[in-house]
Amino acid sequence: MTAEQTAVAAHPSREEQVLLRIEKARARKPKIREERVTLAHGAGGKATQTLVEAVFVDAFRNPALESLDDGALVDVNGGRMVFTTDSYVVSPLFFPGGDIGDLAVNGTVNDLAVCGARPLYLSAGFILEEGFPIADLRRITASMAAAAARAGVQIVTGDTKVVQRGSGDGCYVTTSGVGVLDRELTLGVLSVRPGDAVIVSGPIGEHGITIMIARGELDIEADLTSDTAAIHELVAALLDAVPVHMLRDATRGGVATVLNEVAQAAGTAIVVEESAVPVRPIVNGACELLGLDPLYVACEGRFVAVVDGSYADTAVEVLRRHPLGEGAAVVGRVEADPAGLVLLKTTFGGTRIVDMLVGDPLPRIC
Amino acid sequence: MRFVDEYRDAEKAKRLASQIRELCEPGRKYTFMEVCGGHTHTIYKHGLEDYLPEAVTLVHGPGCPVCVIPMGRVDDAMAIARRPEVIMTSFGDMMRVPGGKGSFLDAKAAGADIRMVYSPLDALKIARTNPDRMVVFMGIGFETTAPSTAMTVLRAAAEGLTNFSVFCNHVTIIPAIKAILDSPDQRLDGFIGPGHVSTVIGCRPYEFIAGTYGKPLVCAGFEPLDILQSIHMLLRQLADGRAEVENQYTRVVPWDGNRRALEVISQVMELRPYFEWRGLGFISRSALRMREAYAAYDAEARFDVPGVRVADPLACQCGEVLKGVLKPWECKVFGTACTPETPIGTCMVSSEGACAAYYNFGRFTRRRLEETSLT
Repeated sequence: MTAEQTAVAAHPSREEQVLLRIEKARARKPKIREERVTLAHGAGGKATQTLVEAVFVDAFRNPALESLDDGALVDVNGGRMVFTTDSYVVSPLFFPGGDIGDLAVNGTVNDLAVCGARPLYLSAGFILEEGFPIADLRRITASMAAAAARAGVQIVTGDTKVVQRGSGDGCYVTTSGVGVLDRELTLGVLSVRPGDAVIVSGPIGEHGITIMIARGELDIEADLTSDTAAIHELVAALLDAVPVHMLRDATRGGVATVLNEVAQAAGTAIVVEESAVPVRPIVNGACELLGLDPLYVACEGRFVAVVDGSYADTAVEVLRRHPLGEGAAVVGRVEADPAGLVLLKTTFGGTRIVDMLVGDPLPRIC
Repeated sequence: MRFVDEYRDAEKAKRLASQIRELCEPGRKYTFMEVCGGHTHTIYKHGLEDYLPEAVTLVHGPGCPVCVIPMGRVDDAMAIARRPEVIMTSFGDMMRVPGGKGSFLDAKAAGADIRMVYSPLDALKIARTNPDRMVVFMGIGFETTAPSTAMTVLRAAAEGLTNFSVFCNHVTIIPAIKAILDSPDQRLDGFIGPGHVSTVIGCRPYEFIAGTYGKPLVCAGFEPLDILQSIHMLLRQLADGRAEVENQYTRVVPWDGNRRALEVISQVMELRPYFEWRGLGFISRSALRMREAYAAYDAEARFDVPGVRVADPLACQCGEVLKGVLKPWECKVFGTACTPETPIGTCMVSSEGACAAYYNFGRFTRRRLEETSLT
């Protein structure tokens, strides 16, 4: 430290005091201020995090839940199982590259996979709106069956409810899944440490942009399909090859949300190189038009892995051998400081913070 | 991506940055205001300030449309939106802007039918498919968005649609800049001019800024190299002792603007005698309302709005931030009581607002960067 820097540390400037105050405010326990649920509570960003922690974790508190991973690790008669659940309310129900059915199977399989488990059994709950065409339901169940067969899981139990016309959006699906953890793992945010490499398994944002375009609200057409896929084989290949410290699938809220969750929970910084992040030009173009940042756009077949830095190249090599991992890349690294923040080194040559999303990614107006 | 990557070239940025450093007189400080929120967004999104020498400070101006909307107008809009027959349509940015009694998002959660649209024409589409409902479009923005609102009204009239109207909050940029120049505490050396507004109004209306106030203005594009080049052009003028209006954004901005767009605005809308701006107070002839001839499409004429003025919260210093007197972090409530999740002032709402941009992207100061090993 130079003399000037020491002086700065002893007497922080007003700006620095303000920044410290903000960091303290950020670290405070989340509190819900709204009296009603808003759409922001479902967008996957800060509001969702607050709702989950202030309402659900507060009510259900237990060690398996509190890690807030994609699935919970539970002991069953001495065997280690992973248990997870997820609801699907996508609109439209059918979109280029998939439908709510394969999404519901792949999503839950992926939640199990990124916990290191071998997916085994799924349940499927359907909430159907009065008047929903049986033909559409058959189409959805057919793609669920096909996705389950591809993922090597069985759908062994289920439930059906029908609600009045107007009380639902056609069809909602909830799937739960169990898998067995049959390998020794040190997966978990707490194993993340400075020097680790951050890897993304393929081009990001394709599912989110596909859905936005498929809704037909924008007069945009693009030759783009959802990336929905079961990634359990890809994950297994990675876990077999290198010491992995953290795995999470980058769904709602995108890669940026995952990175923020990791940086906050691990108490480290994550520094991302914008130019290294794989994004297809067509996704980039749509994001430019809509004023969105691809880092926040949902994927349904991509994961973020944090691996020991010395194994970064091996990890990418292993991933690229699998068709679902062809676009894998090291996008950044874990640093000690500034703890809890995700920084982006922009292609332009600047640096900025990548924070949690506040609400829905609202398009800018001018 | 073609036509984008060219304007984000790090090598060119480095060259421009060193030319900018050379143009700075030793010991002299330069403060420039980027008027438009789009520029603020670009500056933070790309980390552009990393290229600027200590001597150059950028101040974020009032050109973020949702940031200048007073709370009373938001309450008026919500009073319309809560009527059972109404479908309120709005740009996404507007959804979280707090009025005196919550935001559109809160009103929506409480049962109001409020829908996000990308264009006023989408609102017209909703009106066509819901003939038994009254569709209202929340018109906000500067001369950039006013022509599309006006066009939509003309189209609605041509189609004979009777269930569509506009709640007009469009504002004009020149009176706002003039208010800032007349404010006794401003210490600006020049302006980065709003590129998108200028595609409509052209560069001529800014000439008084150079002529009467002796400050240079450069109309700038929205890519990071555009902004760096504009800063270079401003410094060049100051070094030469000139104060002129220059156009950096020639690929889009014609000197005389877009006559057709201006005609459409003035066909449908006229200047209000005065309008309240959040933080800046009442500014005369600074906003647009619907002309009498289009009263059928004027939500203010069709619905009873409370029209109650709501004072800005006492703790909120958005006005000082908009005028460039305070940096976002100098506001008393910045980052603690006022955050993007719980905005008190509108500068914290839109990603283009000076405070939200600083909170989301810029909080990490240059000095803190240098202390870590990142640079």
